Amino acid sequence: MIKIDPRRIWLWLTAHIDSLLLSFMLMLMLIGLIVLYSATGQDLGKTTGQMLNMLVALVAMWAVANVSPQHIARAALPVYGLGLLLLIGVALFGDVSHGARRWLNIGIRIQPSEMMKLAVPLMLAWYLDRREKTLNLKDFGVAVLLLVAPVGLIVKQPDLGTALLISASGFYALFLAGLSWRIILGLVGVGAASAPILWSLMHDYQRQRILTLIDPSQDPLGAGYHIIQSSIALGSGGIFGKGWFNGTQTHLDFLPERTTDFIFAVYGEEFGLAGNLILLAVYILVIGRGLVIAAKAPTLFSRLLAGSITLTFFTYAFVNMGMVSGILPVVGVPLPLISYGGTSMVTLLVGFGMLMSIQTHRKLVQS
Amino acid sequence: MNRPTELRNHQRELYYFRWRLGIAAAGAILLFTLLAGRFFFLQVVQHEYFHTLAENNRISIVPVVPNRGLILDRNGIVLAHNYSAYTLEITPSKIKDLEATINGLAALVDIQPRDRKRFKKLLEESRNFESLPIRARLNDVEVARFTANRFRFPGVDIKARLFRHYPKGELASHAIGHIGRINEADLDRLEASEDMANYRGSDHIGKLGIEQSYEKQLHGVTGFDQVETDAGGRAIRTLSRRAPVSGSDLTLTLDSRLQEVAEKAFGQYRGALVAIDPKSGEVLAFISRPGFDPNLFIDGIDPVNWDALNNSLDKPLNNRALRGQYPPGSTFKPFMALAGLELGKRTPSYTISDPGFYTLPGNAHHYRDWKKGGHGSVDLHKSIVISCDTYYYGLGVDLGIDNITNFIGQFGFGRKTGIDIEGETSGLIPSREWKMKRYKQKWYTGDTVSASIGQGYNLATPLQLAFATAVLANNGIVIRPHLVRSILDAVTNQVRTVPAAKPVATLAFKPENLELVRKAMIDVTQPGGTAARVGVGAPYLTAGKTGTAQVIAIKQTEKYVESRVSERNRDHALFIAYAPADDPKIAMAILVENGGHGGSTAGPIARTVLDYFLLGKEPPPPVPLVPPTEAPEEEHD
Repeated sequence: MIKIDPRRIWLWLTAHIDSLLLSFMLMLMLIGLIVLYSATGQDLGKTTGQMLNMLVALVAMWAVANVSPQHIARAALPVYGLGLLLLIGVALFGDVSHGARRWLNIGIRIQPSEMMKLAVPLMLAWYLDRREKTLNLKDFGVAVLLLVAPVGLIVKQPDLGTALLISASGFYALFLAGLSWRIILGLVGVGAASAPILWSLMHDYQRQRILTLIDPSQDPLGAGYHIIQSSIALGSGGIFGKGWFNGTQTHLDFLPERTTDFIFAVYGEEFGLAGNLILLAVYILVIGRGLVIAAKAPTLFSRLLAGSITLTFFTYAFVNMGMVSGILPVVGVPLPLISYGGTSMVTLLVGFGMLMSIQTHRKLVQS
Repeated sequence: MNRPTELRNHQRELYYFRWRLGIAAAGAILLFTLLAGRFFFLQVVQHEYFHTLAENNRISIVPVVPNRGLILDRNGIVLAHNYSAYTLEITPSKIKDLEATINGLAALVDIQPRDRKRFKKLLEESRNFESLPIRARLNDVEVARFTANRFRFPGVDIKARLFRHYPKGELASHAIGHIGRINEADLDRLEASEDMANYRGSDHIGKLGIEQSYEKQLHGVTGFDQVETDAGGRAIRTLSRRAPVSGSDLTLTLDSRLQEVAEKAFGQYRGALVAIDPKSGEVLAFISRPGFDPNLFIDGIDPVNWDALNNSLDKPLNNRALRGQYPPGSTFKPFMALAGLELGKRTPSYTISDPGFYTLPGNAHHYRDWKKGGHGSVDLHKSIVISCDTYYYGLGVDLGIDNITNFIGQFGFGRKTGIDIEGETSGLIPSREWKMKRYKQKWYTGDTVSASIGQGYNLATPLQLAFATAVLANNGIVIRPHLVRSILDAVTNQVRTVPAAKPVATLAFKPENLELVRKAMIDVTQPGGTAARVGVGAPYLTAGKTGTAQVIAIKQTEKYVESRVSERNRDHALFIAYAPADDPKIAMAILVENGGHGGSTAGPIARTVLDYFLLGKEPPPPVPLVPPTEAPEEEHD
């Protein structure tokens, strides 16, 4: 007979969980469920569905957290390689929907760009770690290529939001690895200089989004509609908000995509400035914990991975809230841990699983 | 000894990494602070502004259109009412691709090309925020089919609306008029009159007749609902309401049965009839033939019907009673006779010998009497009974044009009667000043000669003739003719009588002079008179006078022979009458276009109307009235 010892099971379950990070994350996820319940018009089914998404993602997180960073590192090249192949597959045989070629049908429809959100920082961290001793300009050059290849493919799809996030994650890895300031400034200069070229390469709808940001009233029923309505939602929320379920913008259908990309407008309308500041604070807690994990991480690989994941998470939050409040153009970026959707939830939590793995395997490495 | 270096490297690397991490963290904090600042700006600084926008988003003011007042005849018979039906309406401002939307709707609801055309026209004329009907009067199946698919058509809705309907169709259409959709011109007028707010939500406005002139009373006061709407513009719930005030019901002076009898009496003839109660000024019948169906105009007339009405040779849209101007011809003579008596230019016994023409001193021109060879010895009484022209040529010259103008003008000739519908024309009695102004010519005595028998420059509308007859019948008491008898206020439920019933003037004529004219007019409808038919076997006495208005000029040497003149160029027949002659209850004027002589075509109509009005006698089943091919000489006037 096997003796079941609850304490041992608990230990086994929690050994590789960072309780601080988890509790901050759970706070965000709880806020997410609360807003979602209101945003769906008190649709218990959809809210329960999101809880299931979270559960699945938490299991995935737990599994990844139990894998040691060394093992994770070993997965970097195959995962990255597979992801790149799939992206090429998308470019060649992908399904088109809503005017974008993002999906690949291999029995089930998958979105390889989602996988690249983790594969790119993983790959860069692994590569830069391998070249740690001799890290020179040529290595950075290779790293940049490793970044540009998937980003280029994703921009072509087109999926500006994901491309932006992956670029950011790659950039964070390079930046934290010590890419020289001169090169960074140089890149910024090149970026600025190439803006007109980029502009000419952009799709009409992408240009429209940027123009709309400058003056939303130009096209109030078209591209400007989202920004105008979400600004009205936030602004009319005032300091303490209209209260749970009482957002008129939300409940009278004025807010588009209110369960996904624009869920923050619902939150801001119903909970006001106070709610927004609380949300920012919780995000800072999650990000802060992530940065602490990165700072304490023993190897370059784990440091770069942890740093990149955490800062990318920040970027998610900033871009989404910036877009909803009208200071950034509308790009398809969900509010992390809050927007409705299973895929991004899993990606995010697998990332956090890696953070936890790095944090909880640290002592083992040192010892 | 690699290890210390490595360690140092490691330490330096870690230090360097943490430094960069710190920079990144600072950047993150900075950007979050920026966000917090943006939130503060939106949610605190601009809160009021966005709050207003959200409320405007949420709340819209929906006008509630009042029920338009009913129009009833003097006996309470409904002439205009409202009924409820469903319309399919599109709010163009909420729709990106109108064409596609209409095509989509056409799959559910029968939409004809003419519906599309009409919609396009409405779209051009409308304010863009209002909803416009694409189809009116949906049936139940169509309503159900659209309702099931409503979610596919934001900006399209079914509305229950009240429709105006004129149950009697053509009956009295020229008096009742009709409503129609508000167009640009109406909008300008509404804006100028500051009534605009009351018309938010109204699509229709009175365009003609009573519907137009009593628009203010009929329309009522628009109410308002404050409703919460969703992004599709659909009302979710009503927050508050100010109820509309229904328009007032109008009771007309018209007797719709009399109107019907009279309209039927016209048969195929074109013309007009106005009957007035001389003691009250109430218009009992107001006819212009042919009429038109006012129901066609309510939601914009379709091109086919419009062409038919507008291009018809019969001009059914022309309000002959109100706007048609005709030479009054011999119907002028009773008034001239009264002028001669009142101004001392004639005595009852003054007699002329009529050779069949009149000449002015020093001029060979023959002013012909209608009867070749003349009427022999003619006094005032006979001059009216047999309608002697020669008598009046001389009388007119003796009176002079100034006296004629002034005296005849008292009966309302040459100016509007002031009836309570718009568009009246004023007719014309010529004067020296008028001719100088109009033709830059002095007045000739010859002009006076033709003016004396109501020809020449003289013009009068059938309404004016009826009005003048009513004044004569009422012994000179002038009461403005009016079509609305009373107004039932929808709020207080009180009936207000129209103040027009009061006399506006009393013309002081000597009773014996009036009596002389009356007697002569009675004998017009007796054997030997020009309208003997009118009085045959009637148990009441009718005072009347026939008249003929020339359509084409006849040369001095020619004789007018009716059968030789094409139908449209024949003379217009006129007849004025009041009855019973000793206590007048009805005064009227009848015009029959191209009807020949007053006695033969207008007279029977008068008899039918009088028999119905005074005796309640239903007219015999209609005998098709055809224009006579040859008229007996003695009926010419």
